[in-house]
Amino acid sequence: MIRLLAQRVATGLLTIPAISLVVFAGTEILPGDVVTAVLGQGAANVDVAAIRQQLNLDRPVPERYVTWLFSLASGDLGKSLGSGQSIATMIGERLPYTLRLAGVTALVAVPISVVLGLLAAMRAGSWFDRLTSGATMVFLSGPEFLVGTLLVILFAVNLRWLPAVSFASEPQGFVDHFRSMTLPVLTLTVAVIAPMARMTRSALLTALTSPAIEMAILKGMPRARIVLLHALPIALPPIITVIALNLAYLVTGVVIVEVVFNYPGMAKLLVDAVGTRDIPVVQACAMIFCFAFVALNLTADLLALVANPRRRYPR
Amino acid sequence: MSPLLRISDLRVEGWHPGAGWMPVVKGVSLELQRGEVVGLIGESGAGKSTIGLAAMGYARPGCRIVSGQVLIESNDLLSMDAEERRRCRARRIAYIAQSAAASFNASLKLGLQLTEAPVHHLHMPVGEARTRAESLCRELDLPYPEILLDKYPHQVSGGQLQRLMAAMAMGCGPELLVLDEPTTAIDVTTQVEVLRAFKRLIREHHTSAVYVTHDLAVVSQLADRIIVLRGGEVVEEGPADAIIFRPQAAYTRQLMAAAARAPADAVRSRGTAKPAPRPATQLELIDVHAAYGRASRRSPINPVLRGVDLRIGRGQVVGIVGESGCGKSTLARTICGLLRPYQGELRLAGAPLAPHVADRRRDTQRRIQLVTQMPDVAFNPKSHVGEILGRPLQFYFDLTAKQRRERVRELLAMVKLPADYVDRLPRQLSGGEKQRVNLARALAASPDVLLCDEVTSALDTIVTAAVLDLLRELQSRLAISLVFISHDISTVASFADRIAVMYAGRVVEEGETEAVMGAPVHPYTELLLKSVPRVKPGWLDGLAQLDRSTQGQAMVSAGLDGCAFTPRCRLAIAGVCERDAPPSRSPTEDRRVECHHQSAVGASR
Repeated sequence: MIRLLAQRVATGLLTIPAISLVVFAGTEILPGDVVTAVLGQGAANVDVAAIRQQLNLDRPVPERYVTWLFSLASGDLGKSLGSGQSIATMIGERLPYTLRLAGVTALVAVPISVVLGLLAAMRAGSWFDRLTSGATMVFLSGPEFLVGTLLVILFAVNLRWLPAVSFASEPQGFVDHFRSMTLPVLTLTVAVIAPMARMTRSALLTALTSPAIEMAILKGMPRARIVLLHALPIALPPIITVIALNLAYLVTGVVIVEVVFNYPGMAKLLVDAVGTRDIPVVQACAMIFCFAFVALNLTADLLALVANPRRRYPR
Repeated sequence: MSPLLRISDLRVEGWHPGAGWMPVVKGVSLELQRGEVVGLIGESGAGKSTIGLAAMGYARPGCRIVSGQVLIESNDLLSMDAEERRRCRARRIAYIAQSAAASFNASLKLGLQLTEAPVHHLHMPVGEARTRAESLCRELDLPYPEILLDKYPHQVSGGQLQRLMAAMAMGCGPELLVLDEPTTAIDVTTQVEVLRAFKRLIREHHTSAVYVTHDLAVVSQLADRIIVLRGGEVVEEGPADAIIFRPQAAYTRQLMAAAARAPADAVRSRGTAKPAPRPATQLELIDVHAAYGRASRRSPINPVLRGVDLRIGRGQVVGIVGESGCGKSTLARTICGLLRPYQGELRLAGAPLAPHVADRRRDTQRRIQLVTQMPDVAFNPKSHVGEILGRPLQFYFDLTAKQRRERVRELLAMVKLPADYVDRLPRQLSGGEKQRVNLARALAASPDVLLCDEVTSALDTIVTAAVLDLLRELQSRLAISLVFISHDISTVASFADRIAVMYAGRVVEEGETEAVMGAPVHPYTELLLKSVPRVKPGWLDGLAQLDRSTQGQAMVSAGLDGCAFTPRCRLAIAGVCERDAPPSRSPTEDRRVECHHQSAVGASR
């Protein structure tokens, strides 16, 4: 068991350098150049060359990759090409916002979707089941910029309950925070509830057809006990996986939502950096996203392993 | 006295995609007195399990109870409301399922699963329920119940799980038990002790039981009355003796004829037509070791074969028997080259065989063919029979399209299927027909050696008999060597020229079928033979305890030096058997046994 866990962690960690290669290569082939972005299209060639040298951009690609990787490994994220600020500081400012948005959304969305999935599975075929599965299907297909915009139109423009833009000014106090986060959280919740609820429902339905559940029924166990005690543990591994994937999505894939609501998170930082061709920032953001993604998936794998008695107690 | 259970005019329907609701049980009525055991027998599709479940007021998803009554004393399970029905289950009627491995919840401890019904239905304190569960386990000869109940299902052997399921069913002290093929999934050697435990339990608790099975021999050991079912209708009903010795209906007589016979009788039924006494060697295995997982010569991960020596003569039928896990199927996989042995040698007609199928020449591949147990998983469900049979022809032979069609027709005729089956899809065939196509596909390659791995195990007895007849006829007509692997000794005995008995990855006894069946030398062979249930009431009661262990484990266990059978052997010599590898001896010419005893079983009888 310990060995298995260690193996999983090791493979997880090994993916990080592999990802770094992809990230670096990806940013290399990105069209455009920071120097022309900074100096403008008409800059003199001499100036361009000088700045390129200053920024080490004249070194060969493999060399720059190795340098970058080693400084990354030692915790040095480098400096922004645009502002000259330390990237660590920049990210330090933004990351808490993203984590807060993701965390609050997770707290709202995970329980709702698991309960929805449970109820839908317990009443498979009922009007409730059909309603949730129809609604989740709609949300699953509707892109979040649409959902976000609709919510803004409804709550901010028509009803004027909530601000359309999250952080026009620095929020003061709990109420302000709450008001500024409600719409982004709501938008994201709508986006992630659908896959989690649907997976919970289908995993549970599969579990409910197993002979073990038939046995529990024939033992005269009450319905709630059968679903929660007997079926849920069988259905747990796929549910854990889909929750982890969606949490990872919350951290990494919120670009559109952050842009729509002008939310000062990591994704916004990334988008701005791409706009100014600030490659080190792009790379650092991408690496942090990848790391979060790997970490969450790894956690899901480990949880699924630990949740399986066959793994915990081999024969 | 009014009956405990009265089912009257029960009708159940099942949903068939495309056909809608079709009748499964067509108006069955039966009665069960207190303390009585009624056996429901029939082949698959007879509706026996459906009736068993309906006796609990339950229909599987895809089935529905249309009409009828299921009275427990005077309460109708079908007309009462769901909550009342739920309260009857476990408390008044309890269920024992076919596969305990599937029916226990893998993610919950056994203790919880055994105690939850009494805690819930009888409001028994958890501690008391636990004590009760432990004492039931003791009644069922389960070792160390205190420890056992803290385990998860996967940590316990199949035979033990089946007993635990019985202990679970008895938790609330029900008046009626429904046993649904409770020993079908376990080995014969384990089955004997499990049956004995069930029988004692039922007798001592004065429980009534409905025993559902396809196995006449098993039912004749437990049932007071037998009801024969076919296609959802009662064919015949009567006291067990009467059904067994004086069957009236033609179908019952057919069932009796096809039922498992004692292995020795089965040998006799084979007749005396023997091939030449010493045919040339077709296939030879010399000291073959094979393992799953990464196998290094020193410490293979999961050793399965530990030095198998076997010789198969040209045109000979060699039967391979043994419990699940003993390495039978692995042997077949190794011969075909699907699993590379890490030690030892294979020879085909004297020439060495490459260990892996990919390294064999196409013509060598052609000469060895495998027929598997489950044609369902071996066939592409989208291919017609014509394509299924055409592939090997195309692969091995250079035939024109016309010749190929001609050959497919020949093959279908060979396995006695109509020529228009060419256009059928696998799902349009019955189980027996699928197995015929499976056989025809292997024969398409015109092999020298045919490996049949449990080819009849998924089939009903009557269908099995027909497939065996066909196999026998083809084998003698085409003069192919046949390796016939089965856990069913009677089937093998009725069919094979020679028998190899496997235990924990070795051939422990090998010889002519008549000799091995008539006078087994190895104690394991004896155990195996004596465990085969006879269609004879009282057989079980008259049987001495055969197996010293209640675990039954033919798998290779770790740290094995001596004879693997020692823990279960009634003749084990302390200090010798567990320590030293048994010598290979030949009590008579043409016979080989691995045992420390000089003349073992033969002399002790």
